[in-house]
Amino acid sequence: MRDLFRVRPAAAIWPVLASLAAWAPPASADALSEAAGRYRIDKTSSIRFSVDQAGGGGIRGSFGAYSGAFRIDGQDIAKSSVTITLYPKSVHANEARMENFLRSDAVFDVANHPEITFRSTAVKRIGEDAARIDGVLTARGKARKAQFDATLRRLSGGSISFHVTGSIYRSPYGMDVGTPIYSNVVQFDMVLNGTRR
Amino acid sequence: MRHDRKETFGTIAVLLHWTIALLFLGQFALGLSMTKVKGMALQFELIQWHKSFGFLILGLAVLRLGWHLGAGRPRPSPALSPVERASAAIVQALLLAATVAVPLAGWALASTSTLGIPTLAFKLVLIPHLPLVPSEQAEAFWRQMHGFLAWATILLAAAHAGAALRHHLLLRDDVLARMLPILSPRRLAGRQTTTESDDA
Repeated sequence: MRDLFRVRPAAAIWPVLASLAAWAPPASADALSEAAGRYRIDKTSSIRFSVDQAGGGGIRGSFGAYSGAFRIDGQDIAKSSVTITLYPKSVHANEARMENFLRSDAVFDVANHPEITFRSTAVKRIGEDAARIDGVLTARGKARKAQFDATLRRLSGGSISFHVTGSIYRSPYGMDVGTPIYSNVVQFDMVLNGTRR
Repeated sequence: MRHDRKETFGTIAVLLHWTIALLFLGQFALGLSMTKVKGMALQFELIQWHKSFGFLILGLAVLRLGWHLGAGRPRPSPALSPVERASAAIVQALLLAATVAVPLAGWALASTSTLGIPTLAFKLVLIPHLPLVPSEQAEAFWRQMHGFLAWATILLAAAHAGAALRHHLLLRDDVLARMLPILSPRRLAGRQTTTESDDA
């Protein structure tokens, strides 16, 4: 459990790219080239999620353990990449009963599937400082396409921060317990802070 | 429409009685077993079914209570002694109350649970929580109350059924047949309709 920050050297990308691309019109590649490089997702990040429930409200939780890295390509934002691994055993929720339920074979099945991974397959700039990241999310041994949007929050020296959101259907992963009382959609709300490697 | 002012219970009363009785027995078994299954997903689903059937019972029980108050009861069977009549009436009144109280306590349990799991009866009808404040203490209290009432009801029902069977099998009177017309009635006077088999 101590290898949470086992960095994957392979092209791992983040939402970062999008924002960079925004500042990097061909004329001025300064921001992009300034941000270019490899980053490790550090533990000041936050990975929160929520699932709406019938009648309002819902489940809110977060993952305390994760690791990942991204690479921002200074020449071509689309060549940037990100990978991230979540350790669902570290899930936090309102109370222990809920956490145990989430860890059980009803949801994450952490005994058999201790990791949830996302690997980007395409990064596309969608705004001034925003990017859309397509990739493959693997959970409970099932790999499905997933999409996240990333917005640059901060870029300073050796660190960079993105706000990343995405909505993932849980039924394709065999996690549809509780529907329709609980929504099939898991909304991710993450702040990913990268430290230059 | 006061058919129930007769020797036997009317069709509506009979249907409600047996429907609620069967549902309650099923609910009791489900309630006991649902927290013991291994899979958490199955457990969650079973609890939701338990809640759904609980609300069905509550609705039917309220209907039955209204029907009981409106349509009244048949005349007591002459087979009963005054003590038997009194004890039967008390047990029956308690059972009527229990069919409302047990689901209500379950509703209170769902409403005070800190998990705040909504009730979507039969995956169709969103049932609001009772206006109770969720807390660990309140949830524990209502869990105990729900279980206690359920066990008390089962014991009452056993006494009730035991008495009815005693009348039917040992005393061979019409007490059970008044609530279960499918049993061949021993007194044609008690029948609202006459069938060929009765004439035979």
